[in-house]
Amino acid sequence: MADTANVEIDDKLLKKRLDKALFKNRSRAFLLVLPLLLFLLVAFIGPILYFLSHGFIDKTFAALMPQTTEALSEWDAVSDPTEEMFAAVVADMVVARKNKTIGRVATRVNRDKPGTRSLFTSSARKAAKLEAPFSESLPAVKKDWNDIEVWQAMKTASRQYTLGYYAAALDMKVNADGSFERQDEKRRIHMTLLLRTMQISFLVTVFCLALGYPVAYLLATLPARTSNLLLILVLLPFWTSILVRTTAWIAMLQAQGVVNDLLVFFGMTPDDARFSLIYNKTGTLIAMTHILLPFMVLPLYSVMKGIPPSYVRAAKSLGANNWTAFWRVYAPQTIPGIGAGALLVFIVAIGYYITPALVGGQDGTMISNIIDDHMRKSLNWNLAAALGGVLMVIVMVLYYVYDRIVGIDNMKLG
Amino acid sequence: MSNKPLVRFQNVQKSYDGKTLVVKDLNLDVEKGEFLTMLGPSGSGKTTCLMMLAGFEPATHGEIYLNDEPINNVPPHKRGIGMVFQNYALFPHMSVAENLAFPLEVRKMSAAESKKRVDKALDMVQLGGFGNRRPSQLSGGQQQRVAVARALVFDPDLVLMDEPLGALDKNLREQMQYEIKHIHETLGVTVVYVTHDQSEALTMSNRIAVFNDGVIQQLAPPDALYERPDNAFVAQFIGENNKLRGTVEELEGDYCVVRTQTGAPVYARAVNVGRKGDESTLSLRPERVLIDPDASAVQNMFEARVLELIYLGDHIRTRIELLGRDDFIVKVPNSANHALMREGDIVTVGWLQEDCRALDA
Amino acid sequence: MKRVTTVLAAGLAAAIGTVNAADTITIVSWGGAYTKSQVEAYHKPWIAQTGNFVVSEDYNGGLAEVKAQVDAGNVKWDLVDVELSDAVRGCDEGLLEEMDISALPDGDDGTPAAEDFLPGTYTDCAIGTIVWSTIYAYDASKMDSAPATIADFFDVDTFPGKRGIRKNPKANLEMALMADGVPAAEVYEVLGTEEGVERAFAKMDSIKDHVVWWEAGAQPPQLLADGEVVMTTAYNGRIFNAVASEDKPFEIVWDGQVWDLDLWVMPKGAPNKEAAMDFVKFSTDTKRLAAQASWISYGPVRKSSAPLVGSFHNKPDLDMGPQMPTAANNMKNALQNDFEFWADNQDQLNEQFNAWLAK
Repeated sequence: MADTANVEIDDKLLKKRLDKALFKNRSRAFLLVLPLLLFLLVAFIGPILYFLSHGFIDKTFAALMPQTTEALSEWDAVSDPTEEMFAAVVADMVVARKNKTIGRVATRVNRDKPGTRSLFTSSARKAAKLEAPFSESLPAVKKDWNDIEVWQAMKTASRQYTLGYYAAALDMKVNADGSFERQDEKRRIHMTLLLRTMQISFLVTVFCLALGYPVAYLLATLPARTSNLLLILVLLPFWTSILVRTTAWIAMLQAQGVVNDLLVFFGMTPDDARFSLIYNKTGTLIAMTHILLPFMVLPLYSVMKGIPPSYVRAAKSLGANNWTAFWRVYAPQTIPGIGAGALLVFIVAIGYYITPALVGGQDGTMISNIIDDHMRKSLNWNLAAALGGVLMVIVMVLYYVYDRIVGIDNMKLG
Repeated sequence: MSNKPLVRFQNVQKSYDGKTLVVKDLNLDVEKGEFLTMLGPSGSGKTTCLMMLAGFEPATHGEIYLNDEPINNVPPHKRGIGMVFQNYALFPHMSVAENLAFPLEVRKMSAAESKKRVDKALDMVQLGGFGNRRPSQLSGGQQQRVAVARALVFDPDLVLMDEPLGALDKNLREQMQYEIKHIHETLGVTVVYVTHDQSEALTMSNRIAVFNDGVIQQLAPPDALYERPDNAFVAQFIGENNKLRGTVEELEGDYCVVRTQTGAPVYARAVNVGRKGDESTLSLRPERVLIDPDASAVQNMFEARVLELIYLGDHIRTRIELLGRDDFIVKVPNSANHALMREGDIVTVGWLQEDCRALDA
Repeated sequence: MKRVTTVLAAGLAAAIGTVNAADTITIVSWGGAYTKSQVEAYHKPWIAQTGNFVVSEDYNGGLAEVKAQVDAGNVKWDLVDVELSDAVRGCDEGLLEEMDISALPDGDDGTPAAEDFLPGTYTDCAIGTIVWSTIYAYDASKMDSAPATIADFFDVDTFPGKRGIRKNPKANLEMALMADGVPAAEVYEVLGTEEGVERAFAKMDSIKDHVVWWEAGAQPPQLLADGEVVMTTAYNGRIFNAVASEDKPFEIVWDGQVWDLDLWVMPKGAPNKEAAMDFVKFSTDTKRLAAQASWISYGPVRKSSAPLVGSFHNKPDLDMGPQMPTAANNMKNALQNDFEFWADNQDQLNEQFNAWLAK
């Protein structure tokens, strides 16, 4: 033991020297990762944040109908629309018609009040010829302009920063006065799908674990040559296009498919009452479990590979039977692998859409299919962003819960 | 020691691939209370024997008895044998105390009794108060002690140790050797110990079984093994050894004359030679070679040239050229009259017929 | 989705010798037999005549990619084959270049283009090419009696078995109402009311348990061929091709068909506007439109093309005229998709449809 009493060390000075020495190393390390960091910021984090901001920010109406927006800001959303408001709408529509932006305005308002799209596009065609008082001439073109709900919808749409899309993502809607209300029962869909997405992802994770654990165990205990060969078989699905795999499952599982043919052949079901194994939730579960299985097997395998056989042997030598040795000693040590695999499978599953779209039928589709729909078909990117945001929040909450229960540093990916 | 062996290997064979035998017809008795070491180079079959005894590898042929009961068909967890593994195999997800309590728990021991035993075992290895730590928070030597304590906590008759000190550095290893030996003596438990380190074996064991090529080459107490090796392998494997090759020229009773390749006759003790004309390896410990011996006191005397001197404090390790070999080592005690020797000097060396053992070729 | 990219090189271009420096335009369409019909009828002759090149890409419809390209100011596509509702919407939102109908050549009979095109088949931003239709079809080899009306499709008692239906409210709600006895002319009026929508969903409810949902146009003929469904809604060209090219025993029921248009549109800021416009003029002339009809059973939108429609390209005895959605026999009870109705109500009905599905 060194006699520290004799050595006078100024704590602060030492810390300073150490920092100075470390700074050089740290800045070098930082410079090394800087390109990747910038790449991620520019190509990944930036776009994601920008896209997610669409869920909160919608300047379409305010930008394209500036006079209307100003006129509406004074309005209490209850009393009759004023002449100034009519005049502002007409003036804005003339400009929007000229700039070919009226379609965007119409689409925007139509989201809050379905059926108003043509009201805008057709009124705009005649707007230039209208004369004051507009509160009479505009309703003369289309009587819907007397409907206060149209004006309320415009007021809602004129807000640049809105919670409307997130509300819609949670099956709520925002009224003109800013209050929230549950969506009509007939149009409630997102919560149902979110819950179903969670349920399917959870079940897929459980199935992957149940099927993958023994496989990973087998792979980890076999001699290297055999296990490498088997590992290739496990990875084979990875190297096949997801479309091919999904289509293969269709051929296998459909009513006239291989599985049902076999069941009929062995008399396990009558020919006219074949099982519905695809185009429903069952099909989604089967196909997704198959596709995501490697995500479970690989982390498990890598963790199990790192557990020396001596642990189980030690447990047995200490008097534990096979089950106890497995359950008390082996299984707890595979938790990092289970955690990594489960998290991986769950998070990939939660965002899955190709497979559910192809084999999901009516009760096997997931929230991503709706997001895809809004991205590609309805072009409601704001709602898609909001749904994506909700999904991301859910994943982050799960991640947090996982961290609290299992611990992120307990996770082993390879 | 009682007259009934605790463990008996009877004609045990083991093959992994069905082609080659890694253990060939093993017969071995381990007495109660004994510290028996299986010593040998890697691949000699010693660990396999230990694994068969623990129950992790089935014997291909033959039978193993524990307390006179055949145990070939007894699963490992019913054999009641404690075991210490090379990597300690402490369960990383359990605390030290939980590790120690594990064998008691599976034996359905009451919590109070279990705690008492765990504390006692921790005290025994001087780790009282470490019970709540995780194995990863302990040093290598501490982990080793926990592993030993865990193997002993359920009072097994027999403890197996598979190169338990292999991962420790030299100082710690030596310290642990004494501690394990001490525990063995205190508890009177029977230990079967596997190592490839001969000094470890010599330090700790009552008896050592030297393994090579799946066969026990010699089973003897440490001193006998060193002083009286039965064959060339043991002589070479245990301690430092000078080898001389030659042909048996005369053989009479316990003694013989072996003519070396240079034509010089060497008088030796016939330990493991067949008959006249056979090839033989002569084994001679470096400390038994004398410099400038009294001609009447030794049977063998030759001139040699000093090639290299290495100063080692208590003795000088001297490499000389003798009887056509340039790797002949002599340990010269550090006394005043030998200090004058220099490299290139021609000296006379000699040894007793008794100290030179004629072994198999 | 992966795009299949085909570069069609100008084989004869050099030999014919054009004055223009070669341009390469990118034309995006729906793939499969449909794109093939365009390649054969439009692309190849145009390449041969002008010496330009065409890159042909596939997509799955919708304006998402056009919007992305225009918004980013990085337009790669010169021409896109879109449905009418997207053409109108894209135009309204300023995503598309304007195209002047008067710039197109007269019909072969001398009628100016504006009159030669069927009414409503061109807009400020889009020039129509074909009429296609959502119909339903069945496998004749598996049916005891032949269904004949749209009501039969919704009648699982008389015609038991699974139905294939596109997982989308469009065309389905219309068909449901027609099956429920609403005359074609009144369908959108009824559908414009809440009761009408409920009536349509109620009709859909009656077969919900028997439905296999499809999304891509290639699926319905496959579902029929696999025996997964006994009848399915489909695009008429896909069924026709399965019959004509693969000799499948499928029959189309034209009663209650919902027809729509495909049109050329040019994304705003398309890189090769002039060459692309030249292609539009070329591909929508009387002869080219008629030629396309010999490859697939989609009807030309020029009146002057109708008399020129001949037989299937490799089956001289397969007359294409009666295969067209626009053939008089097929139009007895037909409905044109109302793009304005869908533009107004798409979002709401989509949500309602999805909610109905999830129930």
